[in-house]
Amino acid sequence: MIRITVDGEPVQGRDGQTIAGVLVGAGRTAWRTSQTGDRGVFCGIGVCHDCLVTVNGVEGVRACRREAADGDRVEREVRA
Amino acid sequence: MTHVAILGGGPAGLAAAQGALAAGARVSLLDEGDRLGGQFWRHHERLTDPRLQHAWHRFGRLRGALADGDAQVHVGASVWWAEASADGVRLRATVGDADGDGRTGLEVDADAVVVATGAHDLALPVPGWTLPGVTTAGAAQALAKRDGVAVGRRTVVSGSGPFLLPVAHSLALVGSEVVAVHEASRLPALARGWLPRPWELAGKAEEFLEYAGGLMRHRIPYRTGSAVVRVLGTDRVEGVVVAAVDADWRPIPGTEREVACDAVALGHGFTPRLEAALALGCAIDGDHRGRFVVVDDTQRTSVARVFAAGELTGIAGADAALAEGAVAGFLAAGGAFDDPRLRGPVAARSRTRAFARRLERAHGIRPGWTAWLDDDTIVCRCEAVARRAIVERADVPLRAMRLATRAGLGPCQGRTCGRTVEAIVAEAGGAAASVGFDRRPVLAPVRIGEVAALAETDPPT
Repeated sequence: MIRITVDGEPVQGRDGQTIAGVLVGAGRTAWRTSQTGDRGVFCGIGVCHDCLVTVNGVEGVRACRREAADGDRVEREVRA
Repeated sequence: MTHVAILGGGPAGLAAAQGALAAGARVSLLDEGDRLGGQFWRHHERLTDPRLQHAWHRFGRLRGALADGDAQVHVGASVWWAEASADGVRLRATVGDADGDGRTGLEVDADAVVVATGAHDLALPVPGWTLPGVTTAGAAQALAKRDGVAVGRRTVVSGSGPFLLPVAHSLALVGSEVVAVHEASRLPALARGWLPRPWELAGKAEEFLEYAGGLMRHRIPYRTGSAVVRVLGTDRVEGVVVAAVDADWRPIPGTEREVACDAVALGHGFTPRLEAALALGCAIDGDHRGRFVVVDDTQRTSVARVFAAGELTGIAGADAALAEGAVAGFLAAGGAFDDPRLRGPVAARSRTRAFARRLERAHGIRPGWTAWLDDDTIVCRCEAVARRAIVERADVPLRAMRLATRAGLGPCQGRTCGRTVEAIVAEAGGAAASVGFDRRPVLAPVRIGEVAALAETDPPT
């Protein structure tokens, strides 16, 4: 079991899951603000860039491609 | 000793590595994923059910060949630059955590390269498809097979092609109710594609029956000649509109009905990932309906030292990728085409080429799908460009249209919308493009700092 935070809220996942896998497993479907509403995972394989999050202060990380690590701080990105 | 670089660690790349090693070469294999296997072998031993994975033993043998041979395997390697010259091939990559800021640079110089970059889902736009809860069929499959999670509690699968069957089966195995699988092609097209010469389908038929059995066990209806034509909801998916479609995939008025669901998986086929092959200068054939790397019987492209294998040369699935990869790797290493060790892969390849034609006849995208778009349906998801803006500029050159509308200029660089934007332009009477959206000078996202660091250390050439 691993624990990450998403905009400060604790979320649990399984060791080995991607950040997108942890979020979807926790019942979340959207975690980025785009110009037309919220987005979450779409292509799931690193192609579409819809699922971008900030991880431990680093922007522009594809949640579907990054394996979650215990203690990761995940933050929402907003596209004005 | 010949050094063969292999771009991609899916079925084609792994078979190419095995082939190159068998022919006596040294191999460097690069893949952007954190594990080998590509989009086909995604099963995660700690997280997911082995029933979700086909041909796992073959994967084990291929990995074994890599471990036993003179091979350098670089996972987490995003190749962002590729060039071929008379002297050799050069690849540049960043290696490390996906999109991390601590990645290191990697440069690979080789005598030959096998490009095996595969394909990704082609999901046609549908009004409402940007709502959270809509994913590609491939995403639903990846999240099920790799992460062991379901994209929704009640999922509708829509699109075309045999891939929808394992996707529905995977969704059911990870606990989602699958309301239905909607296959846009109608029975006559499916029969024209699948019924002739059944003896060629040996092996495939069993796989099909296995998935069909899975659908029956989970009571998942398979509805041909129908499609999700609209996604409903305000902040997330609350339902879909399903309609019957004609032979050209045009919705038939009066057949629409609403279905409640919280997830939609869309997959209308696959698009090859051509950017590395294009950067290397390989000739490409086709148009927005299907554009592939041109190869000869030896899997050679139009560029010396550059070979291509797998979905890049035509969408035909993992068996084709394995056969083409084996040939490409062996030849790239200097092996002879008439070597008895290639008899199996060469024979398999003639079957898989026929399979690709069968897939296209049965499931290929038909032009009527654009009738389910509204004028304000978003086509380019990154830049929120609606169909209307694209149609209004259909008569200017593609590059000018892109600059004016921003279609295809967002973070995904037109990977998601490129083919559909081209289809909309073509339908509106615009000029056809030879390479369209597929040329991307930088092959993968790379941070400016990473390039700057390279410039400081790289000797001038």
